[in-house]
Amino acid sequence: MTFNGWLQILIYAAVIIALTRPMGGYLARVYEGERTLLDPVLRPVELLIYRLCGVDHKREMRWTEYAVAMLVFSLTTMLGLYLLQRLQGYLPLNPQGMHGPPPELAFNTAASFTTNTNWQSYAGETTMSYLTQMAGLAYQNFVSAAAGMAIAIVFIRGIARRETDRLGNFWVDLVRGTLYVLLPISLTTAIFFVSQGVVQNFKPYDTVSLLDPQRIEKTDEEGRKVTETVSRQVIAQGPVASQLAIKMLGTNGGGFFNANSAHPFENPTPLSNFIEMVLIFLIPAGLTWTLGSMTGSQRHGWAIFAAMAILFIAGVAVAYRAESQVNPLYPANVDRQAGGNMEGKEVRFGIANSALFATITTDASCGAVNSMHDSFLPLGGLVLLVNIQLGEIIFGGVGAGMYGMLVFVIISIFIAGLMVGRTPEYLGKKIESFDIKMAMLYVLIFPLILLVFTAISVLSPEFGLSSLNNNGPHGLSEILYAYSSGTGNNGSAFAGLNANTLWYNTTLGMSMLGGRFLMIIPALAIAGNLAGKKRVPPGLGTFPVTTPLFTILLVSVILIVGALTFFPVLSLGPIVEHLSMNAGQVY
Amino acid sequence: MKLIKTSILMTLLTTLLVGIIYPLIVTAVSQGIFRDQANGQMMIRDGKLVGSKLIGQPFSSPGYFRPRPSAAGPAGYDAGASTGSNLGPTSKNLIERIRIEAGRLEAENPGAPVPVDLVTTSGSGLDPHISPEAAEFQIPRVARERRIGTDEVSNLVLENTEGRTFGIFGEARVNVLLLNLALDERFPMRR
Repeated sequence: MTFNGWLQILIYAAVIIALTRPMGGYLARVYEGERTLLDPVLRPVELLIYRLCGVDHKREMRWTEYAVAMLVFSLTTMLGLYLLQRLQGYLPLNPQGMHGPPPELAFNTAASFTTNTNWQSYAGETTMSYLTQMAGLAYQNFVSAAAGMAIAIVFIRGIARRETDRLGNFWVDLVRGTLYVLLPISLTTAIFFVSQGVVQNFKPYDTVSLLDPQRIEKTDEEGRKVTETVSRQVIAQGPVASQLAIKMLGTNGGGFFNANSAHPFENPTPLSNFIEMVLIFLIPAGLTWTLGSMTGSQRHGWAIFAAMAILFIAGVAVAYRAESQVNPLYPANVDRQAGGNMEGKEVRFGIANSALFATITTDASCGAVNSMHDSFLPLGGLVLLVNIQLGEIIFGGVGAGMYGMLVFVIISIFIAGLMVGRTPEYLGKKIESFDIKMAMLYVLIFPLILLVFTAISVLSPEFGLSSLNNNGPHGLSEILYAYSSGTGNNGSAFAGLNANTLWYNTTLGMSMLGGRFLMIIPALAIAGNLAGKKRVPPGLGTFPVTTPLFTILLVSVILIVGALTFFPVLSLGPIVEHLSMNAGQVY
Repeated sequence: MKLIKTSILMTLLTTLLVGIIYPLIVTAVSQGIFRDQANGQMMIRDGKLVGSKLIGQPFSSPGYFRPRPSAAGPAGYDAGASTGSNLGPTSKNLIERIRIEAGRLEAENPGAPVPVDLVTTSGSGLDPHISPEAAEFQIPRVARERRIGTDEVSNLVLENTEGRTFGIFGEARVNVLLLNLALDERFPMRR
C-alpha cells in the first residue's frame, strides 16, 4: 500500500460525500414532481410520452398495481431485447455481420439486462451488433435502472406517507427517473469520456499492420505443428461512450467490450477511471439524502450513509492490502518491492485503483470491472464475494441498494425492539408481524437461490464442473461467484468460468430473475403496508434511528446475517485457497 | 389489456428516445468536437494504419521494447477479442507461465529483479503500457540490439513516460507502441 494510493481513495470518498446532498436533493425534487431546471426542455417531452402511451399521470397506484405495472413493463422490454438479439443479423448497424446468438444465450442476456444485472456470457465485440448494443443493451441500462430507483422511492414513500394506500404512478416514476436523472447525466459524462479517448462511432473494425509481425506455433487438424505469421491486428470499434456512461450511472456494468472497463477504449485514462467510479456511487449515495429529505429525518439518512461508508472503507482496506502483495508462489527473481498482484490489472490504474474499483463495483450491484476479479489474491476475491453476498447494500445498486438496506433497517429495529421488549417503531410507524415476515422473505430468497444452484453445479461434473478454468478451491469460488453475482444482480464474474453453456445460461438467467423480482415483491409489500399505518409519536421506548448506536447496530446485523449464511461456503473457497497458497500449494 | 398496450408503447417510445436518439446525439457531438478520440486515435505512417495510440501491440524482436504478456489471442493483443487470463492465484498454469517468463527475462538482464508487470497479463490483454521500471529493465537489451548508447535509449524512454494525472491519479507509465515507433524513427535498425 502506498500513501498515494490511499490519497486517491480518500479523494474519492470526499467527492462522494460532497455529491450526496446535491444529488439526493435533486432526486427528491424529481420524484416529488417539483419543478427542476430542465423543465423547459424535458417537461413537454414527458407530457407527450404520457399522452401517446395513454398514461393518466395524476392517478397514483396501490402497491399491487404498481408491482404489476413494473412486472409487465419488465417482461415487455425483456421480450423486446430477446427478439432484437435473435434478429440482429437482419437489422441495420451491423458492420461486422454478427448473427443472432442462440436461444439460451439470448434468454440469459435478456434476463441479465432487464434485471439490471448485466452478467455477460458473451463477449461484446464478437457477439453483438452496434444496434443490439445501443438500442437493446444500453436501452435496458436506462430503464432497468429507472425501475430500480422507482422501487426505492416507493419504499421511501411508504415510510413517509400515512394512512393511504397510494404510492405513486409507476409510469411517471419510470419516465421522470429516465428523463430528468439518467439522460442528462449520461449525456454530459459520455461526451467527457470521449474527450478522454473512449470511442464513439459506427465504423467497421479497423485493421492495422503490426510493427513487429509475430510468428506463432499452432497445431493443425492433423496434429502437426505449424508456424504462422500474424502481421495484422483487428481493432474493435463502436458507439462505446454512450453505453459506458449509463452502464456506470445505472450501476448496470455490462461492458461494450469483453474486457469491460479494463479495455483501453472503455476506460482510457486514470481520469476516466475516476469519473466511472464516481458515477457508480452517485445515485446510491444520493438516495440516502433523498430518504432523509422525504421522511423528514435528514440525520437518519446520514446514519444509513455512515453504515454504508463503514462497510465500504473496511472492504477497500482489506482488498487494497491483499492486492498490494506479490503472489508468494511467484519465483524468487520477480520483484517483491514494487507493484503487487498485477495479474489481470492494467498499468495505468495500478493496484490502488483496481482494488478500489473492484470494491465499489461489488458494493453497488454494478459489476463493471477494470481488472479481472478471477485473478485477485484469495483475500482480495473474498472481499468482493462478501460485498455481493451481504446483499449489495453498501450504497448498492441504484434503488436496489436503498430498498435492500431499508429491509435490514427494519430487521435491526425489530431486533432492538426485542431486546427492550417493546413493539418496534420506525420513524413513527409500528413494525408488525407482516413487515417482519416480508423482510425475512426478502433476506432468505437470496441465499436460497444462490446456494442451491451452487451446490447442484459443484456436484455435477458433466455440466457444472466442466466449465471451470481453475481447479481446487478457486474452482468453487468461480461457481459461487457466478451465482452470487447473478442472484445479487451484480454482473461481475470470476470470468474464467465458461458460463456460455445450456446449464449456466439457463440457471443464471433464472437466478437473476428470481434475485430481482422475487425480492422486489416483498419490498413493495412492506412499503404498501407501512403507508397504510398511522404515525405514532415517539415515546420513551422508541429506538432512535439517527444515532451512532443505530449505525453500529445496523452494521452488526448486516454482518451477522451475512456471516451466518455464507461463512461455511466461503471457508471452503477463498479461505482454504489463501491458506494453501501460503503453504505453497498449486492446483 | 390497456396495461399491455401502455407497456408496449412505453417500450417503443423510450427505446426511440434513449436507445436511438441519445447515442446519435452523443455520436454527433463527439464526432464534431473530439473527432480523433471518437475514432480511436488511429495512427498512420507512410499511408498505412499502424495502430491506435490506446491499444497495445505484440512485440517479440529483441530490438523492440516488449509489452506485458497478453491472454488475448494466440499472438496476444487481439483487439477484436479482448480478455484477461482469468487464472486464479493458485493456478498451476499461471505459476508455470510466470516461472518460464521470469527465467527468460532474468537471462537477458542478470541480477536485476524482474518487474512484476512484465510477467503478468493485463485484464484487457491490450494494455498499451508498461511501468517505467519495466522499461528501464529492457534498456540494456534494446541499446545492444540497436548498437546505440543506453543513455540515448534512456532519454527516449523518459520522453515517452507519462506521470500520474495531476500528480495523483493513476500510475506512471510508458506507452510501448509509441516508444517503439519513436525508436524506429530515431534509431532505425541496421539490418
